[in-house]
Parts: sequence; structure tokens; C-alpha cells
Amino acid sequence: MQGTGPAICLGRDIDTDLIIAGRYLRTKDRSVWGEHVFEDLDPTLAPRLSGSVIVAGRNMGCGSSREQAVVALREAGVVAVVAESFARIFFRNAVNVGLPVIEASVACTDGARVAFDLDSGWVEVDGERYPARPLSEKMVAILRAGGLVPYWRSSR
Amino acid sequence: MSTLSEVILGAPAGEYVDREVDIAFAHDGTGVLAREALREMGVERLPHPDRLRLVFDHIVPANTGTTATLQAELREYARVAGIALSDAGGGICHQVMSEGVVRPGMIVVGADSHTCTLGAFGAFATGVGATDMAAIWASGETWFRVPETIALDLSGQLSGAAEPKDLALACVAELGMEGATYRALEFVGDGAATISMDGRLTLSNMAVETGAKTGIFYADAATVRYLAGHGVTASPQVPEDCRYERTVAIDLDEIVPLVAVPHRVDTVREAEEVAGTHLDQVFVGTCTNGRYEDLARFARIVRGKKVAVRTLVIPASRSVLARAIAAGVLAEIVEAGCVVGSPGCGPCLGAHAGVLGEGEVCLSTANRNFKNRMGVGGEIYLSSVATAAASALAGEITVPEVA
Repeated sequence: MQGTGPAICLGRDIDTDLIIAGRYLRTKDRSVWGEHVFEDLDPTLAPRLSGSVIVAGRNMGCGSSREQAVVALREAGVVAVVAESFARIFFRNAVNVGLPVIEASVACTDGARVAFDLDSGWVEVDGERYPARPLSEKMVAILRAGGLVPYWRSSR
Repeated sequence: MSTLSEVILGAPAGEYVDREVDIAFAHDGTGVLAREALREMGVERLPHPDRLRLVFDHIVPANTGTTATLQAELREYARVAGIALSDAGGGICHQVMSEGVVRPGMIVVGADSHTCTLGAFGAFATGVGATDMAAIWASGETWFRVPETIALDLSGQLSGAAEPKDLALACVAELGMEGATYRALEFVGDGAATISMDGRLTLSNMAVETGAKTGIFYADAATVRYLAGHGVTASPQVPEDCRYERTVAIDLDEIVPLVAVPHRVDTVREAEEVAGTHLDQVFVGTCTNGRYEDLARFARIVRGKKVAVRTLVIPASRSVLARAIAAGVLAEIVEAGCVVGSPGCGPCLGAHAGVLGEGEVCLSTANRNFKNRMGVGGEIYLSSVATAAASALAGEITVPEVA
């Protein structure tokens, strides 16, 4: 599983309230989440996310278990999220909705070209290669299927 | 020679295991998404509806037509699928589950990050997302990575105005917001036995604020007594000698009233350092501090006086509310000028019923003070119930007097 995109660098401890605020949760219309993603962090971010790779610091996605956070990123067109470390529910949710998550410590500059290969376990930023922490076999299989729903359908 | 998480999950730390779950619950927020995922999975029949619960707590009663419609659809699904539903006013999912549903040794998953609360009973209880919950509804099981465990070795006894919430804030400050990511916290030591079940629920509740998967206590005589009060027979759990990733020693006698200041739960100050901070709202409630002991403690302090600032008190469940009414606690709270809300999460996540305006400051007994969480531009300080009560009377952050 591979991908590329320009980097959008974020800080550490980005909580899921900042990714999608509680006031936008009561809907089944996923496009609402893509539209308002990161609104309370930086309202100019949402339109710039399509095709990008988020590069965050430690503890990405901490706080609430709201799956709308990872769906919002996917809906906004984010290709993958790289972070020094992830909060565990966010990490699992991302895999479950088919959003690649890569645990790696990288030096980030906005707009740098990020490439990743989950099978070989690396991520590159402007040609500089960093090792990525390997995922469990099951997580790789779920991601490869495009998320837990298609994984479930294909395994029955 | 295992930690309690290893014993319950039946494998050593680091292993991946598939396990049937004993109880799985979702609320009005995550339940809607789980239902959608289940529909997409094409699953019609659930293998174990008796192990599932739906609890409406996040926005109850519904605040808009859209919310009401989403809840109506989920309510109808619960009926058709045979899932027990605790509807609006029943209380917060973690509290409802703590009233005789969860027992020691169970594997419990909830589609809410604060599911770790139920570790207070010696259960392995952890939060999952909505799609994971859908797969659990469909199969009755899920995968876990057995966590390494950090022991919090408690000695001594809380004293003065300090209460379990202050200890919880001290633990978060000690470990940091990601200090226990992927780990279990185990509360052990002689000090653990001195903490009431309501207090243990507060401590386990805040485990996730350190990134932990669960915050677990061994069931002891207090657990057995508490559960007996809810009609459940349980036995104590006996700790084994085991290997912890690390042990953090905490002397309960040294704990003093603390406050987490905006916008991080691990930026904790002594209440005295932030005393005098102007407040626009005080909020007592949530899955952290909305239990009977909390309401009773609050009432003892405000009894016969008047609050100086808008003060919301929201019981964690209907049974907490009923007990507070029967004991006269609720009357004292109302007579002190507080607004009493219907059992549920209230404004904790900024969705309704007590949202903050731009620049407003709230002292809350909840567990999160993230930027904008209770409303755009609002600031949240977190404290114990006693600090909240003293502060409500003064209209500014105030160190509580020793009871």
C-alpha cells in the first residue's frame, strides 16, 4: 500500500474535538464533516486537504472516540496521516475506515513531498527516508480491503 | 504471574487476541454510526443481542429535529434487534453500566472513549469506534492487543479537602496526556482500598486522558458490597505477583485540591495558584463527577447559601437523581440557586444545554478542557466537586475549605 502527497504539518496532541467539533456530530451526512474538519484549529485548512498527507507530532487524535474525525479527514481527501504517535482509538478508527496511518518520526515542512509504502515500512519526506512502525497483520489486511466494512464483506 | 489485564484477556502483554465480549454498548452519537456501518456490512441478525446495550446520553432530550430523528431511528432499531435501550433521562452510559451491569472479570467495550471508567470493577473495559462496534454487534467479538501495564501504587489516604478527582488530575499530570498510550493503568497499593467505588469510577474514568486503554482496580470488599447493592453477586480478585512496565508511587496524603487549566488536561496547578480566576459558569456532573457522592458533597458545601454564578448540576443517572431527591440533596442544590439538568452528558462536549459563549470561562468537574470543546472561544478549567462548589459560591476559582 503506497501513496504520495504534499505535507500539511500539524503540532502534537491534536484532539478529535479539534478535528471535528461536537456541534457537527449529529448528522449522517459525511460531507458535513469533510467541510468542517479542523475548523476550530485553522478554518483555512479544510479546502487545502484534498490529496495531502497530514504530518502530526505526538498523540495524534487524542480524546473522544468519535469516528467522525477519521471520516472527516477521508472525506476531505486526506491521503494518509503520519504522526510520531497516535492515540489508540483514533488509530484503530482510521484503519477501520481505510485511512492509512503511519507511525514515524519525520522532519516536516509544509508542502514537502511525502511518499509512503506500508508494505515495506517506510515514509519519505522530500526524499529523506524514515522507518515506519509496522502494523499488525490484521490491520494491514483491513486497510488493504479499504476498511473494516469491505473487509467484513469480503471475508464472509 | 500476570497483570489483571493479562488475566482477563488470557494472554501476555504484546500479544494480539480475538475475544468474545461480555458487554458492548454505544450511545446516541456513536450508535447511529455503528448502525450505518452494520447496514453497509449487510448484517441482519445479531448473534448476542442480550450482550448489547444502547444508552441515549449525549444529547438528551434531543435539541433539534435532526437529532430527534436520528434518535428515533436508533430507538426503532434497538426494538427490532432486541437491544436493551436506556432512553433519554436514564443517564450516562458509563454510569448506567456501573449500576449492576458490569461485573469483575468481564471484557467490556463501549463506543465511547471513557469506557475505561468501568475498569473500576476489575473488568477489562475499553473504548472503540463505531465501525468496530458494528463488527462487535455482528460477530460478538473483537481483537485486542494485550496492553503493558503501568502500576499506580497508592499509599496513605486522601485528607483535607482533597477528593478522588484531585488524585485523578495528579495522575494525569504525572503521566502526561500520552504517558500511558496503549497501556493499562492498574491502581494498586493499600491506598486503593481507601477509595470508595464512586471515587474509583472517577479515577478509572480519567485513565484515557493519559492515553491508557483502561484504568483498572482489583475487585475487593468495597466492590462486592457496591455490586450487592445493585443486586449482583461478585467475588474479590486476588492480585498476582506480576511484571509492570513501570510503577509510579503516589502518596494520597500529599494530594491537595488541583485544577487543570486551559487547554490541556495535564496542565495542572494547585487550586490556590489559580484562585481568583473569574467564572461565568460552574458545571457539576458528567461521567467523571456526576455520582451520588459528588452531588451530596456539593450540597454539603452550598447548603443554605446562594451560588454567585450560573451553576449547572447534572446527575449522572436517573438512579443518582432519585437518590439525591430522596436524601434531600437535590432540594438543597436547587435552593442554592443551581440549574438542575436531566441525567446525561450535559454540555461537556459542547453540543447543548450549557454551551459557552466567546470568552466565557467555565469551571467543570468533567474530564476534558480541550480548546473550544464546550463552545467556540470558551475556556474550561477542571476541578473536583468541592472546588467547584466553593467556586460557585464565590463566582471565582476558590480553594475549598476542609470539611
